Amino acid sequence: MILVVAEQRGGALNRASWEAIVCAQQAAAGEPIAIAVPGGGEAARLLAESGVGDVLSLEHEALAAYSPDVQVAAVAQAIALTTPRLVVMAHTYQARDYAPMLAARLRAPLVADVIGVKGSGPSATFLRPMFQGKLVAEVSPQGTGPAIVSCQIGAFRADAVVKGAPGAVRVVPVAIDAPSRQTVEAPFQEARQAVDLGQAERIVAVGRGIKAQDQIAVAEKLAAAMGAEMAASRPICDNGWLPMDRQVGSSGQTVAPKLYVALGISGAIQHLVGMKGSRTIVAINKDADAPIFEVADYGIVGDLFEIVPALTAELEKPR
Amino acid sequence: MKIAVCVKQVPTREWQPRLTDDRTWIREADASFEMNEPDAYALEEALRLREKHGGEVVVCSAGPARVQQVIREALARGADRGVHVDGAALASADGFTVAAALADAMRDEAFDLVLTGLQSDDHGHAQTGVALAELLGIPHSTIIMDVEVGEGRVRVKRELEGGWFQWVSMPTPALLTIQSGINQLRYATLKGIMAAKKKEIRSVAPPGVEPGLKILGLSLPSKSKQTALIAGTPAEAAAELVRRLRDEARAL
Repeated sequence: MILVVAEQRGGALNRASWEAIVCAQQAAAGEPIAIAVPGGGEAARLLAESGVGDVLSLEHEALAAYSPDVQVAAVAQAIALTTPRLVVMAHTYQARDYAPMLAARLRAPLVADVIGVKGSGPSATFLRPMFQGKLVAEVSPQGTGPAIVSCQIGAFRADAVVKGAPGAVRVVPVAIDAPSRQTVEAPFQEARQAVDLGQAERIVAVGRGIKAQDQIAVAEKLAAAMGAEMAASRPICDNGWLPMDRQVGSSGQTVAPKLYVALGISGAIQHLVGMKGSRTIVAINKDADAPIFEVADYGIVGDLFEIVPALTAELEKPR
Repeated sequence: MKIAVCVKQVPTREWQPRLTDDRTWIREADASFEMNEPDAYALEEALRLREKHGGEVVVCSAGPARVQQVIREALARGADRGVHVDGAALASADGFTVAAALADAMRDEAFDLVLTGLQSDDHGHAQTGVALAELLGIPHSTIIMDVEVGEGRVRVKRELEGGWFQWVSMPTPALLTIQSGINQLRYATLKGIMAAKKKEIRSVAPPGVEPGLKILGLSLPSKSKQTALIAGTPAEAAAELVRRLRDEARAL
């Protein structure tokens, strides 16, 4: 039995939950799959209609707003009910907030940020990135109890899910013994985003390789010549060199433009997940081993301060 | 306020992978090490909270003898004393194993706040901090961008996906995993480095915890795409790239 834990916010099912189901279907060796839906509702009905497995609607009024204490209590009960050998979820911000607590409480191994499954059944192993994407590790959970697996967003294709005959939603009332130690306020977005990078056709993004704030102008000239929007990896925004709404990555915007030009960006996982869906990716970096080249269609290994002005000049030539 | 900061020593950003013969770990002798960057932000946050509310900042790290480098670095930046859980196997161990080692050494100190980075740049499990909170029996929140300390409580701003945030409150003692960019890092001054030499580092042995994960093998990522590397002088490469983007990729 493999138990998938779906995620929703305000009734909308997180698309990454389908990816977790795909991962579970790959890891399963002819065994049943159940999907627990904390908070139930429309998300549970949607999943039940798709026939991907038995849907358990975990219900308690405390589940209306997420907090780790209540989430862990609810999921632990679903685990006790289904006795899975694997618990699978998407590696979201929420999963990072509660899965290690669940794992520690159950003494269950946790394999986080999984990008692939090798084999299927109890002897299956999991692939995950390490060292900021420079290496891939093949990992085996130890012990006899359930293991918890969280899948990297986008590593499993949601459209590969195998659907079945629609099933019913099984309501599972959750017992919450103690109130959450946390008081949570409503989620909010910061000052209205001035730029919606998701709409840009072309993006020029800078990373640490740009070295100084006043050198960003080199990239801005390229962006102007290309008709592209400017973006950046997280460290550039942390430094305040570009505003936070220019950030592409797991904590910023996810983009998939026609053209993405990555300048001086090493390609750490947190950035890649935000742009690897781009149609054409160009990487310019002085390090030939930088992980950004894993996803680049075109690459130039060299000094961006020589190459980028040459590119700008080439683009400005009259045709 | 008694604040603990857990820091990890990780290979430097520039490190190029070299593996052991059986490919189950990296060749440490070939690596240079530094403080895990998210942990540096956690340390900075702890130092700022101490400046504002008074108290003590204790830096804790688990790993082989070499991790004393980052403990000393933290002391040089202003932490008051250090705790080193000394065990060679902890470098390659999973987050729960490391958390258990830290919990053992930290439990009796009764910290008001424990800060860790949200994840490490080597394993990247984002697990140790949250597991540590569970083992210490204290509430936690993760990926924190702002910390407000109240009377026996903290109110923290948690980062969510895509530019969303959420404020969360909980009683102390509590554990927070800190997001990079929460503050601006300070670096050690010469005075700080000299003072650090006299600060105490308490060394303890780790408990015997069976690791929950086994690394069967490490390898370079397989390429999902064929990258066309364009060579030549900057002018030549630029001309070639523009030509290919226009004619082949039709991206311009």
